[in-house]
Amino acid sequence: MKKILLASALLTSSVLTPALAADYVIDTEGAHASINFAASHLGFSVLAGRFNDFSGNFSYDKDNVSASKIKVIVDTSSFDSNHAKRDKHVRSDDFLDVSEYAQATFTSSKVEDKGDGKLAIIGSFTMHGVTQPLTIDAVKVGEGDDPWGGYRAGFSGTATIAMADFGFKKDFGKVDLTLHIEGIRQ
Amino acid sequence: MIYNKVSWKNSQQQYGLLSKLLHWLSALTVFSLFALGFWMVELNYSSKWYQLAPHWHESVGILLLMVTIFRLLWRRIAGSPGAITSHSTFEKKASASMIFILYITLFTVLISGYLISSANDKAIAVFDWFNVIPWVLGIKNQEDITGVIHYYVAYGIIVFALLHALAALKHHFIDQDVTLKRMTKIKDE
Repeated sequence: MKKILLASALLTSSVLTPALAADYVIDTEGAHASINFAASHLGFSVLAGRFNDFSGNFSYDKDNVSASKIKVIVDTSSFDSNHAKRDKHVRSDDFLDVSEYAQATFTSSKVEDKGDGKLAIIGSFTMHGVTQPLTIDAVKVGEGDDPWGGYRAGFSGTATIAMADFGFKKDFGKVDLTLHIEGIRQ
Repeated sequence: MIYNKVSWKNSQQQYGLLSKLLHWLSALTVFSLFALGFWMVELNYSSKWYQLAPHWHESVGILLLMVTIFRLLWRRIAGSPGAITSHSTFEKKASASMIFILYITLFTVLISGYLISSANDKAIAVFDWFNVIPWVLGIKNQEDITGVIHYYVAYGIIVFALLHALAALKHHFIDQDVTLKRMTKIKDE
């Protein structure tokens, strides 16, 4: 199992650099990308927020979707639910423990072309020192020349994780993640 | 001439009534806030105290900050008694240093607490009496940095306050001097 993980890790990292498909860097600088979360508040409503700082890149070719790759690195200390004391608590060792685990990463291992612009991005998500398999259901939003001489492609994706799977001290159930990712072709 | 009267102001030998009240009120409040804080951070989300306890902690903390600012002003106005002559040079220096350390740690813990609550950039309610404007420093994750300071300095102040109390008891029971009395006796002699 370890060998397979290692092999897949090597494979992903090697494929990320020289690409058959075009390489994109996620436009975090222009903030044309966001990572959002939503969790149930006691079953009464939905508590929403975001991670403000992250980076990543992906490769994508519309003629060879299944060769796509993506890697996203999230700065866990940028957790923001618009409530400083809750953010402080979530960053503490009851949840994310950001002083110990400063990053959360998603690395794709396989992308399935579901047709009609839909993709299933299968990979592993590491948070709080725990790695779990995760599938992001994504849809391509658009692709083409931007007005400033660049070329962009953008996607939206959703995935659901369970806090219990990541070894948090406190468990408030499931968290829905929504990603809006726009990349600039390199 | 010997006469007994209640004196509000400090004299060369005695703390006045107002200084005594402020001292003992602060002592009681500091230990209460520490206990409340120690207890409330472990509360379960479903506890009925989960919202109330921090609200009280913040409210009392801000009131104590105001009282402590007044206390320092009063200390300037009323002056403080001179060192007790029977104390050794070391004791004089140590007690003066301890008072300085206690004020520094008290202000640090109070201001850092205020800064945690300020990080939301929303007014902080002191009970239902009044609101205090938040103090936003403009640094990333203000609540985390000030939270760490608040946590450790709170322990520090308890340690220093206990040392301070032990020293006072040593003077009272072992040296049998007036050190503790001049902070406890209501009437001057």
